[in-house]
Amino acid sequence: MTLSRKARDTLAFWGFVGPFLIGLVVFGYLPIGWSLYLSFFDARNTVTPSVFVGLDNYVRMLSDGPFLASLGTFSVFAAFIVPLTFVLSLALALGVHQLKFARAFFRSVFFLPFACSYVVASLIWKTSLFSGVRYGLANSVLGLFGVDPVAWTGTVHPPLYWIVLVTARLWLQLGFYVILFLAALQRIPRHLYEAAWLDGAKSGWQVFRYITLPQLRATSVAVLLLNLINAYQAFDEFYNILGDSRGYPPYGRPPLVYLYYTSLGSGGQDLGRGSAGAMILAMVIALATLLQGRLFRFDRSAS
Amino acid sequence: MQQRNRRAFLSLAGTAAVGAVAAACGSNTGRPGDPPPSTAMSAGASSSAAAPRVALQQWYHAYGEDGVREAVRGYAGSYPAAEVEVQWNPGDYDSKIVTALQNSAVPDVFEAQVKIDWVRQNQVVPLDDLIAPVKNDFSPAVLAAQTVEGKVYGIPQAADTQVLFYRKSLLQAAGVQPPQTVDELIDAAGKLTKDGVKGLFAGNDGGVGTLTGPLLWSAGLDYLKTGNREVGFEDPRAAAAFSKLHTLNANSSLLLGAPADWSDPSAFIDGLCAMQWTGLWNIPKVRDAFNDDFGVLPFPKLDNSGAPSVPVGAYGAMVNAKSAHVKEAKAFVKWLWIDQTNDQLEFATRFGFHVPARQSLIDRADILHTGPAADVVGLLKDHSHLIGGPVWTQMANTALSDAVAKIAKEGADPVAQTKAAVTVAQAELKRLFG
Repeated sequence: MTLSRKARDTLAFWGFVGPFLIGLVVFGYLPIGWSLYLSFFDARNTVTPSVFVGLDNYVRMLSDGPFLASLGTFSVFAAFIVPLTFVLSLALALGVHQLKFARAFFRSVFFLPFACSYVVASLIWKTSLFSGVRYGLANSVLGLFGVDPVAWTGTVHPPLYWIVLVTARLWLQLGFYVILFLAALQRIPRHLYEAAWLDGAKSGWQVFRYITLPQLRATSVAVLLLNLINAYQAFDEFYNILGDSRGYPPYGRPPLVYLYYTSLGSGGQDLGRGSAGAMILAMVIALATLLQGRLFRFDRSAS
Repeated sequence: MQQRNRRAFLSLAGTAAVGAVAAACGSNTGRPGDPPPSTAMSAGASSSAAAPRVALQQWYHAYGEDGVREAVRGYAGSYPAAEVEVQWNPGDYDSKIVTALQNSAVPDVFEAQVKIDWVRQNQVVPLDDLIAPVKNDFSPAVLAAQTVEGKVYGIPQAADTQVLFYRKSLLQAAGVQPPQTVDELIDAAGKLTKDGVKGLFAGNDGGVGTLTGPLLWSAGLDYLKTGNREVGFEDPRAAAAFSKLHTLNANSSLLLGAPADWSDPSAFIDGLCAMQWTGLWNIPKVRDAFNDDFGVLPFPKLDNSGAPSVPVGAYGAMVNAKSAHVKEAKAFVKWLWIDQTNDQLEFATRFGFHVPARQSLIDRADILHTGPAADVVGLLKDHSHLIGGPVWTQMANTALSDAVAKIAKEGADPVAQTKAAVTVAQAELKRLFG
């Protein structure tokens, strides 16, 4: 018995798509649905709760100082890290794009950190580069100028721990966005630059402002959106740099770390509150993304 | 009916998933062949020649000392009445356990400190019948760590404590006496901070995690009081004690940002600090580095109305209520942690310094009879306090930890911050006891 071509195509389609679809449902949609369900129950130490509490968990989370503080802290962090990442990755991409030789080498150099584990990078940042003792790399350099060792992760006034967190994040993710911008730069038609030159545009800022930047609109908006979402989803480097076996300090605590300690922290699990917090965070991210998309007119094609 | 079906499904799915993970993680029984014969049979642990031996899963967190893993595998391998598979769990063990207990039959036996929410959710089995004959032999503090509303849920395996290690020669050179009060500790830390050496290391969080309890006890207070029905630090003296941690953080005499945290002695051994708050288990390493040039102290009293203190923590062997073999798991726990006293003594004292949970075994532990180790045993006897305890919930702990961190690191108002933590702890007690 031979299958018709259509049947073979259908079989092949489900053969390839099926496993991923199952994975998406089991590890994506089902947990989201179950989390939504849990958020309406008193679910301490259980995933099969029986006490319905309505919106109580949402009310508690929205009046929970530490949770709101974590949202506020990270809105500030996002407002800082998103433009910084955008400007630096665009600058690096423009630099690499201009290179006449060794372009592949530098592309790889910038992209390589993206392949590094966040946990490994965090531990290197914490114990080697920004260790608070005299033989940490940053303190060794400062020592050359007679400066006493600085407790980078433990100094709150001024908040030096942000230097550790921000540099770790930049090192880890910059390369990815450099690649996105490089791909977009290579898609800009050469004749646009030739036309601009013929019209008398000066190379440099003028060409960048009126030709390159508008042509990068779609990629720029995508980079900004991805950056914003990543900022709100920050967990690994924060947990590994500022956390320890006894817990996590109240400063520099992103929402996901707070929710982790609420839902899965050692000794207690309040899955109802944690789920409500996760839903609120998802809504905040969705809202911020929509607003940003509207602000930068994501749907408008490049002119 | 719908609820029951959903629970049944989740229970089955959870069991299958955890079982699959556990199976994939390893099959370390510690036994290359058949288990050796044992004469240490106990009631309820007799094996039947006809019935197949049940297989039990036992979980430990990853002990840092060399040899512990092999030893506990060996104990499990010697058990005659069941196959006991030991799983070693590096990483965040406490979180892993609370997740596993939700709807999983695995592990059957595990080490932990009981929490009241586990009892309320029927996740652990009371073990009073096992411990009853020898209950008076256990130190009261370690037993309290496993007791909820009068019932014992874990058989204490060994006790640990933390003390203040100090370099005698450095204190002598600086003209500093071993501190007896918190103010003397602050003064000593300041005087010992010089030439690239910090006065005190109490964790990279500035002592928030390790010194919160000792500061409360130094003022004669505690996390909870009145049989765990009232918050124990609704008192201006708590705020006064916490403000001392701010003084320590603000005067630059604390070591911060060390590569290893408070539980590791490397900062002290490497000469980065003159004093370190760390665990009893580090005595062998410190002694190897400094011979007799070190001493140990309790956390000092705040003033004459307070008292010196050392914290006590103790993992106990517990039985998962959802285990398919509760009876067999209890029999194994009794065999190992009640009957096998030689193994208990070896577990506590051979691989690093811990104090046996039972008084009769402390008397048999020669290495705890001299030097700083003997001092620590004395401190445990006279000044031990339980860290938090089974009724002290994660939410209350986060609130107190946040408050102390804000006081210590940010110079926040101690009274207002302490009140905020009291409010959260009171709400938790109301939730638990109405």
